[in-house]
Amino acid sequence: MADAKILIDRASKLFLEGTVVAFRNIELSVRTNEILCIVGPSGCGKTTLLRCIGGLVAPTSGRVLIDGATVERPRAGVAIVFQHFGLLPWKTVAANVAFGLKVGGAPRGETAERAEHYIKLVGLGGFENHYPYQLSGGMQQRVGLARALATNPEILLMDEPFASVDAQTREVLQEELLGLHERERKTMVFITHSIDEALVLGDRVAVMSAHPGRVKEVLPVEFSRPRDASAVRADARYAELRNHIWSELRPTAVV
Amino acid sequence: MSISKTDQRIAAAGVTSADQELMREQEAARIRAGALQRRAAVGRLAIRLVSLLIVLGGWEYFGRQTNPILFTYPTAVAQAAVKMIASGELWKYLSQSLIVLFAGLGLASVFGIALGLAMARFRVIDIALDTYITALYSIPSVALVPVLVLWFGFEITAKTAVVFLFTFFPIVINTYQGVKNVDERLLEVGRAFRCGERDLWIHIVLPAALPFIVAGLRLAIGRGLIGMVLADLYTAITGIGYLIARYASTYRTDAMFVPIVTLGILGITLTSLLRFVERRIAPWAHQAGRE
Ligand SMILES: Nc1ncnc2c1ncn2[C@@H]1O[C@H](COP(=O)(O)OP(=O)(O)OP(=O)(O)O)[C@@H](O)[C@H]1O
Ligand SMILES: [Mg+2]
Repeated sequence: MADAKILIDRASKLFLEGTVVAFRNIELSVRTNEILCIVGPSGCGKTTLLRCIGGLVAPTSGRVLIDGATVERPRAGVAIVFQHFGLLPWKTVAANVAFGLKVGGAPRGETAERAEHYIKLVGLGGFENHYPYQLSGGMQQRVGLARALATNPEILLMDEPFASVDAQTREVLQEELLGLHERERKTMVFITHSIDEALVLGDRVAVMSAHPGRVKEVLPVEFSRPRDASAVRADARYAELRNHIWSELRPTAVV
Repeated sequence: MSISKTDQRIAAAGVTSADQELMREQEAARIRAGALQRRAAVGRLAIRLVSLLIVLGGWEYFGRQTNPILFTYPTAVAQAAVKMIASGELWKYLSQSLIVLFAGLGLASVFGIALGLAMARFRVIDIALDTYITALYSIPSVALVPVLVLWFGFEITAKTAVVFLFTFFPIVINTYQGVKNVDERLLEVGRAFRCGERDLWIHIVLPAALPFIVAGLRLAIGRGLIGMVLADLYTAITGIGYLIARYASTYRTDAMFVPIVTLGILGITLTSLLRFVERRIAPWAHQAGRE
């Protein structure tokens, strides 16, 4: 595919001397500037797939390509929002958000300014000098999001980035993300357990199944952009897609 | 007081009544938390004082009933202490020992932390040395004192070497463990943000290992005091060990207890000092339970 930003070419990942199969033979591409959402039952290999794209682990077989080049290590212009947040306990919110910029060698003044901007964007203004242990889970998660956004990446890899925030904040953040995507045109891979979220955000939704992890289906989500979450939810195709994904996930979810 | 400061802030900001109420509540919570902390501190102090009084009282009571050659009691020790401090005797001998303690502990910290980090970083060094480190740590350090005397003589070099021997290994091992125990996931975060080796150490590995290193230093302080007295007794008899030995040999049990109690106070002081420093440089490691 010519316009594939990220290409996963028959990739498999096995753990523990091959005894644990995270995923097998995945073929998937992410187009430039698209938001690809991934849904799937727990343990189907979503996080592992994201780590492969991010260059943190190598697939056991097959390849992952970004801009046509095999990913061998973390690349510049790619940022990850971790499912486990991955905040540094010894750094304040401001220092955590600035972390990527700082190690990336950005000038100090610019670093502080950008960090401040994204702290405000995720609604944490006033908490700059707090340490992670002083924040709620949802607030910590937003610090992780701000940290990734602050590096202004070309590709954003997000692993259930809104899983711990409350429903209202979640909608606000979804809208922020949509706005950001409109303004800055990024390629995003977005893992979520919420079908609603996948439909509101995604250009396409990849549905995975477990044992072994594989991509069952990739559904186009053709709501027009710029998107409005409530308009999407009101659309007839929304309910249809939602039910379809539900039934796709159901059999594996029960096992 | 601070209440009026809040009122001033409220007046200045021209905020809504709901905000005002919140600010008052915040102020009240702050004051309450402060009071709670103070009360906890006073409580701790009170328990310590009562316990001290009971222990000293018991010691005084039973001490007075035993032969003064075999045992002594607090008031007698206090009297002896006053004399020994006034004459400068205590400080003269204590300072001799302290120089040894700090020199040994300082060298052991520098080289211990350096070796611990090097072993954790370089597999070759780790594999090459870990058997010796474990073996030397397992041998009771006392057993090696005669060897050190053989090598370094009886003077201050030998004494410092003894303290070094007693304190080096816990520092090495704790530093090593601290680095090895760094959360893999945080290292991965570092790699994801394309940290170089240097940044990985500065931003992730060293801060994560810091509490372990401090724990190693705490162990080292205790062992260093043992090494210090041992060095005084097993090499040329000087310092605080000399003081103890001299008063023991002249059956001045009350005066003998002065350096002993001093050692206890020294241990408490150094350990609290370390804890204070740790709280300053690593606030995240200790405040998790605070409201
Ligand atoms: N480092 C590892 N070592 C061994 N097995 C692993 C490792 N990482 C993941 N696995 C295994 O790979 C499989 C997929 O894990 P992964 O974390 O990718 O799932 P997931 O889809 O992200 O699940 P969830 O939705 O719960 O986050 C699981 O069976 C897991 O046990
Ligand atoms: Mg996961």
